[in-house]
Amino acid sequence: MAETTLMQPKAAPGTIPGLRGIAADWASDQRAFKNVSWGKAMMWIFLLSDTFIFSCFLLSYMTARMSTTVPWPNPSEVFALNIGSKHIPLILIAIMTFVLISSSGTMAMAVNFGYRHDRVRTAALMLATAAFGATFVGMQAFEWTKLIMEGVRPWGNPWGAPQFGACFFMITGFHGTHVTIGVIFLIAIARKVLRGDFDRERRGFFTSRKGYYEIVEITGLYWHFVDLVWVFIFAFFYLW
Amino acid sequence: MVDIPLDQVAGIPPAEVGEVELYHPRSWWTRYVFSQDAKVIAVQYSITAMSIGMVALVLSWMMRLQLGFPGTFSFIDANQYLQFITMHGMIMVIYLLTALFLGGFGNYLIPLMVGARDMVFPYVNMLSYWVYLLAVLVLAATFFVPGGPTGAGWTLYPPQAILSGTPGQDWGIVFMLASLILFIIGFTMGGLNYVVTVLQARTRGMTLMRLPLTVWGIFTATVMALLAFPALFVASVMLLLDRLLGTSFFMPTLVEMGQLSKYGGGSPILFQHLFWFFGHPEVYIVALPAFGIISDLISTHARKNIFGYRMMVWAIVAIGALSFVVWAHHMYVSGMHPYFGFFFATTTLIIAIPTAIKVYNWVLTLWRGDIHLTVPMLFALGFIVTFVNGGLTGLFLGNVVVDVPLSDTMFVVAHFHMVMGIAPIMAVFGGIYHWYPKVTGRMLNDVLGKFHFWVTFIGAYAVFFPMHYLGLLGMPRRYHDIGETSFVPASAHDLNAFMSVAALIVGFAQLVFLFNLVWSLFKGKEAGGNPWGATSLEWQTPETPPGHGNWGKELPIVYRWAYDYSVPGAARDFVPQNEPPSGVVAQGAHP
Repeated sequence: MAETTLMQPKAAPGTIPGLRGIAADWASDQRAFKNVSWGKAMMWIFLLSDTFIFSCFLLSYMTARMSTTVPWPNPSEVFALNIGSKHIPLILIAIMTFVLISSSGTMAMAVNFGYRHDRVRTAALMLATAAFGATFVGMQAFEWTKLIMEGVRPWGNPWGAPQFGACFFMITGFHGTHVTIGVIFLIAIARKVLRGDFDRERRGFFTSRKGYYEIVEITGLYWHFVDLVWVFIFAFFYLW
Repeated sequence: MVDIPLDQVAGIPPAEVGEVELYHPRSWWTRYVFSQDAKVIAVQYSITAMSIGMVALVLSWMMRLQLGFPGTFSFIDANQYLQFITMHGMIMVIYLLTALFLGGFGNYLIPLMVGARDMVFPYVNMLSYWVYLLAVLVLAATFFVPGGPTGAGWTLYPPQAILSGTPGQDWGIVFMLASLILFIIGFTMGGLNYVVTVLQARTRGMTLMRLPLTVWGIFTATVMALLAFPALFVASVMLLLDRLLGTSFFMPTLVEMGQLSKYGGGSPILFQHLFWFFGHPEVYIVALPAFGIISDLISTHARKNIFGYRMMVWAIVAIGALSFVVWAHHMYVSGMHPYFGFFFATTTLIIAIPTAIKVYNWVLTLWRGDIHLTVPMLFALGFIVTFVNGGLTGLFLGNVVVDVPLSDTMFVVAHFHMVMGIAPIMAVFGGIYHWYPKVTGRMLNDVLGKFHFWVTFIGAYAVFFPMHYLGLLGMPRRYHDIGETSFVPASAHDLNAFMSVAALIVGFAQLVFLFNLVWSLFKGKEAGGNPWGATSLEWQTPETPPGHGNWGKELPIVYRWAYDYSVPGAARDFVPQNEPPSGVVAQGAHP
């Protein structure tokens, strides 16, 4: 059974629309995702894996919250701030969410300018994204400090179930770590863009491989993912 | 043979995948130590995994000595016994089998079998190994920390894993969890490489449905690992926080040493769910690569195409998908809702269908094949027998009413050792005997190999077959000393002694294997490029062992599947995947 006649290409790879096209791509040789670079494919698969990590964290939190016999502290109250004379629930979280979502906007623009090889604007927008991210982490640090001052600890808090503090610090901490790593990557890639590494095909320090402007988009994928995760944390932890 | 231009032969499509930018080592360090070459990384992974596996083997001797001759060996006390079972299980499942199949076989075989020059990101691949080595060192360090390694059992169930009274409560459990977290980080770096290499870096003509089943097994297992390890990661992080920060994710309110503990309100069942959401796919993470390797060994050494290739692929994929919805069959006695048991028993029994398809197809591949009883073939046959044996007891344990009385008895130990201990290790040995000539250029010694097989195979049955009977008697697992009980007759103790002697003999047979590995490296028979007459691409490399970049100047072009054995009319009884079809046509038998 010599399968020699199997792969007569009817159309150029990646051009057939719809389900039939997906089937054709997966039945073809060389690549399953046509016109997708290795780096981008790797980032997508990593994000899929990371999704499972965050899902496990959030599901564990929900289990803890639903099964606890002591009342769960009311997030609207816990995360309220007194600004002037006004008591505004969740105001800091709202600002943080706004900042992070705005950073997704600047990131998308950076990707656009990256593909136009506009070094200065790409780098500027990436640095703006990094600044938004750093602001987010800063506000998170403020929020942590405020809660710690009020007596919230991983092992207990003044208002109810001890799992509140445990889940809060663990989930926001893990997400904050992701944002921090993203900020570091954004700054590193922005530096490469500004220096013109991707125009001159300068080789990387660690990998000794050439870089491409697509790296901006791959960094963007990670950044948007971290944003999206925050939306779920916002919905499930703060709004519930 | 007529020279036909390439683009006219069966429509070989133009190259889409750019050449890998290979890192060319300039010094001994970057060539052999901090190497980015997947083949070197594979050998590093294999040696590290086998070294730590030897530790686990010695631990199993200690356990068997204690069980076979209780009270005779004063250096094994109850705490140490618990530490031995914990470390033995954890090392064997994760640090030996997972690392060896995916890091060892995966790294070596994936680029060669799909016709790539290397993994897609060699630098990340190298990091993967070094993080894995760090995880192994942290794990090994637990033997030397105050209090010793954790004795919580390989499942690390809270609350007892972090309560005082459990050995290794101070440092052992912390190091164990840290090591697991490191392992998962390291594995993720490697796993992403394996998946992307299979999906995006195949050579021209290599469609997914032409991949050797070894690649299918390793690929599917890696995808599963990338989705299942996150649950273990999260469970480890949370258990570590419970232990170090005093959170109560998994710790219920309880009385410890006569006083109320600081914990309260956590759910131990949650840990079990997270652990087994990882743990059950883990069973198939070590089984699927074994399935793939066995398929290739049987086909090659029976000189016959694999029976039902497509069904074999779909069975692998189906097992991989189903294995994510069966995890709670490990928890029938945990006190979860009984309806869950009904659901999970059903899915568990469904998974027997694709598994049975695979077993039937192996047997049908052997049917009227030209069976060469080489050492790899012997191990492949041994795999089928032990796997079927363990699989059948799995059907027992998958049913709630049968599982409840058998739970936590020696029957369970016998079952999982047969199905995910002996069977995968048979595949590992078969794989090593099969691919060692490619890795080193020399054959392993045949006489020593046959000795190794027969002692291991018969010995494994001598150790684990009686265990089924002990389990049915009700002998519990994880007990340091059974003592005098009415339901365990004196003859069972004799049986235990017999099993222990057999375990020692099997263990020593592995030393023969290690000796063979080293001796053959220098004194083995020269293998040549393709000693088994195999079709898949790794046997068609211009050099043996394959050089840096695997393929010389030109990447191979694939014209056929990997199982063209004994094709009627062909000049030889195998047709390599990269042989153009005109070779067959010239014989006049193929249309």
